[in-house]
Order: sequence, then C-alpha cells, then structure tokens
Amino acid sequence: MKGDLILRVMAKLLIPFILLFALYVQFHGDFGPGGGFQAGVILAAAMVFYAVIFGLDNARRALPDWLVETMVAAGVLLYLMVGFAGLFLGGNFLDYFVLDSDPVSGQHRGIFWVEAGVAITVSGVMLKIFYMFAGRGTEEE
Amino acid sequence: METLIVNALLTFMVVAVVVLARTRNLFAVIVLSGIYSFLMATAMVALDAVDVGMTEAAVGAGISTVLLLGALHLCKSEEAKPAHRPWLPLAVTAATGLVLVYGTWDLPAFSDPEAPIHKHVAPRYLQDGPRETGVPNVVTAVLASYRGYDTLGETTVVFTAGAGIIALLRRRRRKEEKEGQ
Repeated sequence: MKGDLILRVMAKLLIPFILLFALYVQFHGDFGPGGGFQAGVILAAAMVFYAVIFGLDNARRALPDWLVETMVAAGVLLYLMVGFAGLFLGGNFLDYFVLDSDPVSGQHRGIFWVEAGVAITVSGVMLKIFYMFAGRGTEEE
Repeated sequence: METLIVNALLTFMVVAVVVLARTRNLFAVIVLSGIYSFLMATAMVALDAVDVGMTEAAVGAGISTVLLLGALHLCKSEEAKPAHRPWLPLAVTAATGLVLVYGTWDLPAFSDPEAPIHKHVAPRYLQDGPRETGVPNVVTAVLASYRGYDTLGETTVVFTAGAGIIALLRRRRRKEEKEGQ
C-alpha cells in the first residue's frame, strides 16, 4: 500500500489524532471513560495502522523491537513497584494511602502510576504480537 | 429509542454471523469478523459501556483483524471443503445455545437496581469511592485502587501472553537461521 497517495495522506492526518486520543484516554481516565488498557490498545492500534500503510520496516524504525520488548516487561514492573512502594512506606501491598501525606492525593498518585504501567505493558504486548505475526511471511520469503 | 438501536445492532450482528458461517472466502470472513466487532463495539457504547466499546473497537475490529490478515498471508485464501457433514456439531452448538438461553431466564432483568450484583459491594464503592480516592470515575477507582490486585493479575496475564508469543515465534526464527548457515 506504499504507493497509495490517498491512504498515505489520510494516515498522516489521522495518526497524530489517534495518538493524542490515546493520551487523552490515559490521562482523563480519572474523570471520563477509559484508562490504561484502553489507552494502550489505542496506542498500539495507531502504530499498527502506521505499519499497514507505511510498511513494517518503517514502523520498526520508529518503535524498535528492543523498545517494544522492554515495554512488555517495564509496565508490569512499574505496577509491582507501586505495590512495593506501598509496602516500604509502611502500608500494605498496593496500598496507595501511604504514597503521599494526604491519603486522597496518595490515591491519585498510585492510580496514575498503576494505569501508566497497564498502558505500557498492553501497548508493548499488542505491538510485539503484531510485529511477530507481520514479520513471519516476509522473513521466510 | 435505545432499545431500538441495540436491537437493530444485534440484528445486524446475527446477519453478519450467518453470512460469516456460509462464506468460503477467508478474506471476506476476516472483514466480516471485523464488521461484527465494530457492531459489538457500537452496541457497547449504546449500553453506556464506553470503556468496553473502545477496547472492542481497537482490539477486536482493529488489531485482531490485522493479525488475521497477516495469518491469511501465510495460507490459502479459500477455506477447504469440510470432510464430514456438519449436522452433529450443529446439533451440539444449538443445544448449548438453548441451554444458555434457558439459563438467562433466571438472571435478573437488564439494569434492574434490585439485582444482587448492585446490592453487595457496589453501593459502598459508589458512596465512598469519590471521597476515599478523589477519582470521580468509579470504574477507574474500582479497577486501579479497590481491585488493584485483580488488575495486577490482568496485566500479568497480558505480559504472559506477550512472553509466550515471543518464546514461540522467535525460537523458530533462530532455528531457521541456523539451518540456513
């Protein structure tokens, strides 16, 4: 699809807004519908869209394999670190009340980092699966 | 009006599934399953479950359609003729479906405020959630804070799926490289 001018122009127009929407879903999840999982899959869908229109090699250049693989593990580790932070600060595992002097802003902080962890892992896994599946046919030929 | 929209969407979904089952061209099947997912996502939005709608649109209609297209790239585009008659599987599926429909008769009516699920912990979340977490969206408060363990488990499941795919597909590639040398 690399030669299709209309698709290329439309993709260039749409992808920034899809990425922006993913960030909106991520950071507005406290107030509206959405959260880490939704933001992660929208982010991955934007990258998949980019790869479908501009080719897998370009997508791999924009978001290299080592980064995606790091994201797969980094999100879960971030989530666990929030849990252990609660332990070290004198609370229970995944206890957000102790993360800040004010319990409510501690909750805010905990939810923010936990959602960030979910988004990182989900987008990493979705992209990694896509890279793996899409890379199969081209390597064997 | 909402009931009408949902019923129209469900009717379209039934049409999509019937056509999907009868089509032999796999490309058409993949496009139809994408259409089915989009209809499902729209039905979710009509039922006020926007979170689920977004996930279904991005994963069901978007990413999994692309993954299936990638799989189609590796195989023939026509489904092989089935080796045996479909009557036994059809009977099993129909019987299971009938049992499931029979099971829904005992469920409380849709959005019934007296249903047990709305009587257990939900009132506490709704009453104390905004005060305790300061997050207006109760879904986020429950997912990330009250049910933080469950969400950690879910994230670990997603991580395991990714790790499994990496382990399965990358090993094969290395083997081929070795054979090539």
